[in-house]
Amino acid sequence: MDARKLDKMLEQNLLELIRRTSVELPTDVIRAIDKGWRREKKGSTAKYALGVIRDNVIMAKDKSQPLCQDTGTIICYAELPAWCDEPGFRKAYEKAVVKATRVGYLRQNSVDSITGENSGTNLGPGSPSFHFHPVRGKTLKVRMMLKGGGCENVSTRYSLPDTRLDAGRDLAGVRKCLLDAVVQAQGKGCGPGILGVCIGGDRGSGYIAAKETLFREMDDLNEDKRLAKLEKQILREANGLGIGPMGFGGETSVLGVKITHRNRVPASFYVSIAYMCWAFRRNGCTITEAGRVRWLYDS
Amino acid sequence: MLLEAPFTEKKIRALKVGDQVEITGLLYTGRDAVHKYLHDGGKPPVDLRDSIIYHCGPVVVKEQGKWVVKAAGPTTSIREEPYQGPLMEQYGIRAVIGKGGMGPKTLEYCRKVGGVYFHAIGGAAQVLAERVVEVTGVHMAEQFGSPEAIWEFRVERFPVVVTMDSHGRSLHDQVLSASQKELEKLL
Repeated sequence: MDARKLDKMLEQNLLELIRRTSVELPTDVIRAIDKGWRREKKGSTAKYALGVIRDNVIMAKDKSQPLCQDTGTIICYAELPAWCDEPGFRKAYEKAVVKATRVGYLRQNSVDSITGENSGTNLGPGSPSFHFHPVRGKTLKVRMMLKGGGCENVSTRYSLPDTRLDAGRDLAGVRKCLLDAVVQAQGKGCGPGILGVCIGGDRGSGYIAAKETLFREMDDLNEDKRLAKLEKQILREANGLGIGPMGFGGETSVLGVKITHRNRVPASFYVSIAYMCWAFRRNGCTITEAGRVRWLYDS
Repeated sequence: MLLEAPFTEKKIRALKVGDQVEITGLLYTGRDAVHKYLHDGGKPPVDLRDSIIYHCGPVVVKEQGKWVVKAAGPTTSIREEPYQGPLMEQYGIRAVIGKGGMGPKTLEYCRKVGGVYFHAIGGAAQVLAERVVEVTGVHMAEQFGSPEAIWEFRVERFPVVVTMDSHGRSLHDQVLSASQKELEKLL
């Protein structure tokens, strides 16, 4: 394929990726929401809230319009094979973002932090937020996430030991942090939320890993048995806290917990928590040089 | 239950925490930039007496010369906590729609001036956008950008839940203290 054709092919497929991410929830997330809806009591505000959420999911897909008006930080992870260089990919993705913004798949959501000016295109320093990884294979893999401001604002980090929680530098201490974070968030992060967690790492890598672990499917099992057990326990205990959807009270406060870990230096022990709202917009695809596309999640 | 314009103090005082309400009438969107502007002494471009302010930064596009709302869910309200109560009193704002609830200052002003806080379902941008039947105007869009502008939305049966009422009750306070107690048991 000549270079111009290739650029066009990339741009078109990336625009479709952005559209899908903004308007459709992956089916694994929908299943988790449905499960919560079934659990809540008839006539309760919690069931009402989850009912509106379910209607919204169907409507957004039907109308091909954003699930949530806060189309969030645009986070893009790309694994680049030799035929797709970084500047070329970046250009195609940025073009797709500008187009997606113009037609309303994305809100004008990128603001200059010094002047307060909105670029109107979603482009600017750090926007979109790219993570590039060159790979040896032949297939381009793109995963993206739209993470709204409400849930980003309740995302948080603990540094262990923590005196207030009496939490030490072990998994028992991590558990206390996670449950506390859910209580601190209440409904403000548009719960029921999904927790992406990184144990360890530094102040930069911890949050990046916490977000990246949210690409796991909702019902998968952590390969690390210790973490699989902790994920299950947190899910059960957090849903017993009574916070409920939107913080209205109820039995569905958290839809999922995904935990990963990074090595740390002896002096630091961070627990980084990326709280994701119920409008868990993540999607991804692989693209071959010939333009063949495969989607990574059912939706 | 239904709540129709005009939004009088009497109608608002009759509402209680937990009520599921459908609003018909005019809403003004207003979020961070608008609240700061008004707080700093800026003049409101519309009459806010007996109005409802909606904490929302919508996606609105122009199609065939008409504004069309593509997505319009609530944004987090607590950021307006320093400003909301005094602005309700100064301009006669009767109610606020948002998400996540607000703090003791706003609750106290709700009691004082006869105001209420409505919680819309966060993220439900399509369900809520569908209830916006007409965009009747937009103000300060150039100054603040589209999401931060004051949009005039005519809504029909806009679904919300009362989570803070004019009698000093807050569902958010209740759920917070109950969940803190549960957490203490677990820790």
